[in-house]
Amino acid sequence: MTEKGLKVRLMKDKLFKFIILSLSIISLAPLFLILFFVFERGLKVINWSFLTQLPKPVGVAGGGISNAIVGTLMLIAIACLVAVPLGIAAGVYLSESKKTKIAYFTRLTVDVLQGTPSIVIGIIAYLWIVLPMGKFSALSGGIALGLMTLPLVVRGSEEVLKLIPHDIREASLALGVPRYRTILKVIIPAGIPGIVSAILLGISRIAGETAPLLFTAFGNPFMNLNIFKPVNSLPLLIFNYAMSPYEDWQTIAWGASVVLILIVLGGNILSRIVVRKWQVQF
Amino acid sequence: MKWGKEGAFRGVLLIGTLVIGLIVFAILLSLLWGSLPVFKALGWRFFPGKNWNPVTDNFGALPFLLGTLITSFLALIISLPLSLSIAILLGEFLRVGRGSSFLKSMVDLIAAVPSVIYGFWGLMILVPLMRNIEIKLGVAPYGVGIMTASIILSVMIIPNTASIAREVIKLVPADLKEAAYSLGATRYEVVRKVILPYARSGIFAGVLLSLGRALGETMAVTMVIGNANEIPKSLFAPANTMASVIANEFTEATGDIHYSALIAIGITLFFVTTVINLIGRYGIKKLAIEE
Repeated sequence: MTEKGLKVRLMKDKLFKFIILSLSIISLAPLFLILFFVFERGLKVINWSFLTQLPKPVGVAGGGISNAIVGTLMLIAIACLVAVPLGIAAGVYLSESKKTKIAYFTRLTVDVLQGTPSIVIGIIAYLWIVLPMGKFSALSGGIALGLMTLPLVVRGSEEVLKLIPHDIREASLALGVPRYRTILKVIIPAGIPGIVSAILLGISRIAGETAPLLFTAFGNPFMNLNIFKPVNSLPLLIFNYAMSPYEDWQTIAWGASVVLILIVLGGNILSRIVVRKWQVQF
Repeated sequence: MKWGKEGAFRGVLLIGTLVIGLIVFAILLSLLWGSLPVFKALGWRFFPGKNWNPVTDNFGALPFLLGTLITSFLALIISLPLSLSIAILLGEFLRVGRGSSFLKSMVDLIAAVPSVIYGFWGLMILVPLMRNIEIKLGVAPYGVGIMTASIILSVMIIPNTASIAREVIKLVPADLKEAAYSLGATRYEVVRKVILPYARSGIFAGVLLSLGRALGETMAVTMVIGNANEIPKSLFAPANTMASVIANEFTEATGDIHYSALIAIGITLFFVTTVINLIGRYGIKKLAIEE
């Protein structure tokens, strides 16, 4: 009887291991399928002219995505100008005054901002910038993306600066260095790799964002360097071409997907390398 | 002089910090202000209203509320066994080593792939597949619809639950597990009777964060849900979610009430996701684990 009970229990254990393993494989399968299809269909499209030419009308062979690449870079640059100074200032403040009421509420608002759906951020950028200016623009799209990275930069810099040991700060203060110079010249430099890594992670997150750009940056079939005019971006181009009925355009969307995935992956990997190679270990 | 610089530095930091609070406050105000006209025109009929008709300026949000609820919960149900398996695998069976870190980066990669690419893949590969399945099942073969959107969503939200559940499973004290092993428990029994009960609240917090992500997810859903502004008749029928209707109609909104109705849907989405995220984050902070 007990012999039989034991067998059943061991069987259950084996079955459990089998189920866990197979469900884990099943959950990763879509990822591999997606990467496989994107690279299988997109890689053959990519060549030099694909990266440097402008899109062509339907039916004309060739055509590239240069305007979307430039647009994405522009949007990222604007987003960084918004998020980086503000984010680092708040991050430093939060790590310096951990328990004030202001710190408590700021952490709460950062949590709220981080959880805000991207489409809602799009509405906000539309209400704040597109409506008063009367037109879609790269500026509004960049600010929308900036609002999305802001929480990541704040949290990243706060976490990193908190970890810097007190000894270093006290050594600097003992030498008679004023508090603000200690923060600027000792604390922040020690935390720079972590902050850079948070920014890179933020960039790789917003590089693929589409929803907040639908009614801000809007998209543009031409090359545009003016921040007050609409620009195209890689995710917008993928969305528009994917939803189009033309096979040529869908092919271009696969190619653009490869470029976008490489940018996002690059940002992720770079952010890990920065921490691993540069971060001072205490 | 020295104090002046010190004060100026503190001031800059403080201003930067306060600006973030102000931004969030202003977001709330703008959404409230923007959604006012539709409430003035329709009152509270807006939420239970079943029809969405821009031509007659009659707006009811119920189809989208239902669309979001159904897709999100369906996605949670599909993804929970998957993300929990990964969490148990990484938190208990494969805690260290190359295989473990490879798996961990793969899970991170699921979160890193942009949502528009999930949508594109879903549209090109999953939708035809679903159409075939629907023909076999004998339901109307749209291909696009709630089920397709939920499947895509369920993949996208795996990392949120998996990474938090993994951390709490790792936090289960070794003493407890060893005590159970020493009594002759099998691994399955340890996981079932010791680890899962101990990690329950952490897993729940992870599920809430997944839910927050699923509710607000826009692009992938918009591309495969079929965009029908009506109450879904079945799990395979086309529908719309709160996020997808905004994505579809905002640039083409006709008239102030239409805009305002979309913004009102936006503020509803904002409130719901904020509450769910804050509860989830509170849960995580109580457990004092890092994301």
